[in-house]
Amino acid sequence: MYQAFLIKYAEIGIKGKNRYKFENALCEQIRYRINKIEGQFEVVRKQGRIFVEAKGNFDFDDVIEAMSRVFGISSISPVEVIEKKDWESLTKAVGDFIERQYSERNFSFKVKSRRSDKHYPYTSPEICVEMGSYLLNRFPGLSVNVHDPEVYIWVEVREKAYVYSKVYQGACGMPLGTNGKAMLLLSGGIDSPVAGYMIAKRGVYIDAVYFHAPPYTSERAKQKVVDLAKLVSGYAGKIRLHVVNFTDIQMYIYEQCPHEELTIIMRRYMMRIAETLAKESGCLGLITGESIGQVASQTMQSLAATNDVCELPVYRPLIGFDKQDIVNIAEKIHTYETSIQPFEDCCTIFVAKHPVTKPELRVIRRSEEKLAEKIDQMVQEALDTVEVIEISE
Amino acid sequence: MEAYLDNAATTRAFPEVKEVMVKLLEEEFGNPSSRHTKGIAAEQYVKEARNVIAGSLKCQPKEIVFSSGGTESNNIALLGSALANRRAGKHIVTTRIEHPSIHEPLLFLEEMGYQITYLPVDKNGQVSVSAVEDALRDDTILVSVMYVNNEVGSVQPIEEIGQMLQKKKPGILFHVDAIQAYGKYKIIPKKCNIDLMSVSAHKIHGPKGVGFLYIKDGIKIRPILFGGGQQNGMRSGTENVPGIAGMAAAVEIMYQGQAAKREKMYQLKHTFMQKLQEIHGATIHAVDGIPIEETAPHIVSVGFDGVKSEVMLHALAQEGVYVSSGSACSSNHPALSGTLQAIGVNPKLLDATLRFSFSVETTEEEIAYAIRAIEKVLPVLRKFIRH
Repeated sequence: MYQAFLIKYAEIGIKGKNRYKFENALCEQIRYRINKIEGQFEVVRKQGRIFVEAKGNFDFDDVIEAMSRVFGISSISPVEVIEKKDWESLTKAVGDFIERQYSERNFSFKVKSRRSDKHYPYTSPEICVEMGSYLLNRFPGLSVNVHDPEVYIWVEVREKAYVYSKVYQGACGMPLGTNGKAMLLLSGGIDSPVAGYMIAKRGVYIDAVYFHAPPYTSERAKQKVVDLAKLVSGYAGKIRLHVVNFTDIQMYIYEQCPHEELTIIMRRYMMRIAETLAKESGCLGLITGESIGQVASQTMQSLAATNDVCELPVYRPLIGFDKQDIVNIAEKIHTYETSIQPFEDCCTIFVAKHPVTKPELRVIRRSEEKLAEKIDQMVQEALDTVEVIEISE
Repeated sequence: MEAYLDNAATTRAFPEVKEVMVKLLEEEFGNPSSRHTKGIAAEQYVKEARNVIAGSLKCQPKEIVFSSGGTESNNIALLGSALANRRAGKHIVTTRIEHPSIHEPLLFLEEMGYQITYLPVDKNGQVSVSAVEDALRDDTILVSVMYVNNEVGSVQPIEEIGQMLQKKKPGILFHVDAIQAYGKYKIIPKKCNIDLMSVSAHKIHGPKGVGFLYIKDGIKIRPILFGGGQQNGMRSGTENVPGIAGMAAAVEIMYQGQAAKREKMYQLKHTFMQKLQEIHGATIHAVDGIPIEETAPHIVSVGFDGVKSEVMLHALAQEGVYVSSGSACSSNHPALSGTLQAIGVNPKLLDATLRFSFSVETTEEEIAYAIRAIEKVLPVLRKFIRH
């Protein structure tokens, strides 16, 4: 029965002169999502509002689900469009709306109204009062509460009239494409997909890089990462996933360097490769799922040691999060189930029994000198053989 | 080159299997329960398949019940006989090396108040007849023993157990999980005193999703699926006609010159084992001091000292050699193999063991290629032992 959805947006509202850029980006994202579901829709902007208008049949839940994945939207309200807006038709239509929407009409309410059609015979406050009294007469179970009502009934009079009362929570954040692009280091774990989601939420497009170490990591582990990227792209849009064959580098480090430093040195090379790929594809930063102290390679000293090799900023949105906080988000965005499938990734397979937890940069750099003979060539080879997978949901 | 040596997980379907299945999907697609001619035509195929399979077991056609495969057959056999005999007793005897599709239903029955005795096996994965005999009680209703173990290829003394049961306690039902044995051995249930026997089609070059349970005439079993009453109410649900006909086509081929086919697989196994013995740090499980003929012709379980099986498996796959770690059906669970533990494999080999399994299609070239691949990847992987 709904013919339109009113989209209210989050922080864009407070932007200054370049607000139109944000609104355009938001409309584009809404079109991208809405075109993926069945039905015909039009996205229109009117007087600082965005409407998604349905032409013909559609599935209500599909629309709400699609819209709840668009960053920049604070709420979605299904709206009924009332073509005949003379007072008698309007009051009846609003009454019918209440009847359809609420099977038990025993709640407190308040009418809120907006009138942009200044020729309409009632002013906004008058619409509120008169509509309220009409509804009270028609439904004796209702009561008015202007301070803390259970239901707000919105009536807007424009070239047509609109009524809505239900509000669905949006994803908030900023529309994708308003903040450039960044390269996500995606492992098969719980944290990195969440990190990607959080940065994407700030309007940033995501590319991703995965380090594959066959035969030490299986095809299934790689498939798991592809699956995770797909889930993240359900929010973050298209993702180019770069699969780097890391086996030779990993084994070379293993042969040449002290084993307790293996993870740190390995991660430094991952960062170096990720940064090269990031620069090649126009990314403005790197994203990792690191959180202080979670594992040996994420102590303050270890983070400093991996950070040392990067010129681009490294964004670590989970840095102050507890594991449970991260798990909660992973569950919300449905990546958790996939993340906990038990396949080894290249970080876990060679782990030393007692890795260093307080690496000294000086020592690590000296260890890396032992790689001088072959490492540049190996890194180049890894970059030359990158497999790029275009991910979209 | 490729060498598919994971035939205990599943096999490639014979071309004849595909042919009859396509015909049944495209042309004779009727429901055997329909009264019209299309239904009767489909029913003919099911009947004919039943005759073929009964012929291979020298049993009556009505003793064959079609199912969705090995797991379902095992479930019907265990749950169905436990339910039908719960007044006679609640004790069941089995071994410690059964497949999960035996083990799990038994755990369920334990929850329901049944008592299960799990018999140990020796280092070659064999249970002794006297151990079975000693475990029998007055309230024992069922003995369930697998014919060929899926992980290490040990063969149980099925005929001897059957004869012992007939002599000592003829009332006790005898179930045999023959999923890895049927097609490789000539099995005559009557001769072995088998009351129930499970078989799966895709282990013998038939299609996946179909199998059968032999139920000796006169044995009381409660069905576990209820519905339209097909197959005399034993297993409701429209018969998987293409699958059943495909399975029968595979059975016919498997049992043509069956002894010679088995002999050929033993030769391959012999060659493979000889080559393996030349490889440093390779230990073949469950073949200690017994002739090769007392083990299954198609399964070789090998531990490679110092190499994680998972990693070795992927390295071999890169070379085009396909094998399993532990048993393929449960390999997705990182848990260590119950069978390997039960036969007392050195703990350091528990997660360093691979299973190579052959079929009637396996060639000497494949075996030689697999050996070369092992010799190639092993030294590389051994350099990177976890410390």
